[in-house]
Amino acid sequence: MTDSITDISAMIIEKLLANPKVPRDIDGNSKIVEDLAFDSLAVMNFVMEIEDELDVSVPLDKLADIRTINDLAACLLTLKAAQA
Amino acid sequence: MIDIFAKHAGLRASYDGLTATSPRNPFEVVIERPVSASVGIIEGRETLLFGTNNYLGLSQSKKAIEAAVETAETMGVGTTGSRIANGTFGLHRKLEARLAEFFRRKHCMVFSTGYQANLGTISALVNKDDVLLLDADSHASIYDGAKLSGAQVIRFRHNDPVDLEKRLARLKDHPGAKLIVAEGIYSMTGNVAPLDKFVDIKTRHGAYLMADEAHSFGVMGAHGRGVAEVQGCEDGIDFVVGTFSKSLGTVGGYCVTDHDGVDLMRLCSRPYMFTASLPPEIIAATMAALEDMQEHPELRTKLRDNAARLHSGLQKAGLKTGEHVSPVVAVTLETVDQAVAFWNALLENGVYVNLSLPPATPDNRPLLRCSVMAAHSPEEIDHAVTVFAEVARYFGL
Repeated sequence: MTDSITDISAMIIEKLLANPKVPRDIDGNSKIVEDLAFDSLAVMNFVMEIEDELDVSVPLDKLADIRTINDLAACLLTLKAAQA
Repeated sequence: MIDIFAKHAGLRASYDGLTATSPRNPFEVVIERPVSASVGIIEGRETLLFGTNNYLGLSQSKKAIEAAVETAETMGVGTTGSRIANGTFGLHRKLEARLAEFFRRKHCMVFSTGYQANLGTISALVNKDDVLLLDADSHASIYDGAKLSGAQVIRFRHNDPVDLEKRLARLKDHPGAKLIVAEGIYSMTGNVAPLDKFVDIKTRHGAYLMADEAHSFGVMGAHGRGVAEVQGCEDGIDFVVGTFSKSLGTVGGYCVTDHDGVDLMRLCSRPYMFTASLPPEIIAATMAALEDMQEHPELRTKLRDNAARLHSGLQKAGLKTGEHVSPVVAVTLETVDQAVAFWNALLENGVYVNLSLPPATPDNRPLLRCSVMAAHSPEEIDHAVTVFAEVARYFGL
């Protein structure tokens, strides 16, 4: 299910935890750059994986406003709704 | 008072960490002087140059040197102005006509650097109502051009036509223009783009295609027109951008196209307008180098043979290189510490290559990036391979 921010957040966290370098205690409020130690390229590459899952494309300028996993989930939900 | 440099604390920590363990600063290598196209003096020693992008060795072209000297003596050393004010000499127009003819295109615009050619072309072609589709591994100049344009930017997976098509399909109702940007040869890995497949996709989806042939101009194709020439898809590329600072050995950039709208680009491309134009001696040297390149197609044959020799030599030595055979041959290592130690050992043994570190590299892995030249002798290539193999053995790789 990917029709709410909570669902999308859960999916993102599941994908993130597949990477052993990501801290185990992350939640929707975790900050992607600060808490996950992702650099700009890592963020863009990770978003690509999520895009495939939801069949949306996230324009790069939208990433500038995203700090937490929940922010990313909200952005994806909006894009998915606009596309539907 | 807020420390204006505080934002760079992370960069400072990485930089200090890197330079603390390295016997020399990898970002401050000085080539005291070139002895020839393939040899330079570094730290007082003759060093084999395998990291200069000087693919045809034309930075040392006698014809280009003579043209530069003669032009500097007759016209001076600079234009002191913008192309749209006092900075267009007859030579600029002549070079543009020569390049248009070389690429069999109607129009050519010359920029002061290759970086500005990408910045100036992309930012003039699209704006906030349009969409740019960039290969994920695009050069920084393409990303910066995208930012300057204000267009929506969507990345597609590197060299992946299926992924590009999927993303274009999602945009089918988007009212803006769509511009796809790909490079002929990727500067870090030497990977070659499937431009022919991108042409097919852009045609079906009503998009434009720009190819940056910076590393493939003069290098690929029977005439040196790049990857699009090799793949027989030049007619489908709307805009070809490139640089003089690699195969032609000088500096500057260009955009060639058959679209007549390019004349308006001269009036709205900020990186074209708001900078001084190329000095006359550089234009003259570039034209002479272009002639040299056209008169000596054997340089390309030699370059291809040399690229294959280095690529297979490094693979036989057990090193991990990309699958494409091109004049950029990158050895991938796992950790930054390993790459820094390896790079230092190569230099100490008389071989200079580029140390490329994440995030400027794909996949977050460091690269020892070699660029091959037509000017390298087979013995120089074999020697570089031997040094690579010995260093790899020393480090147990």
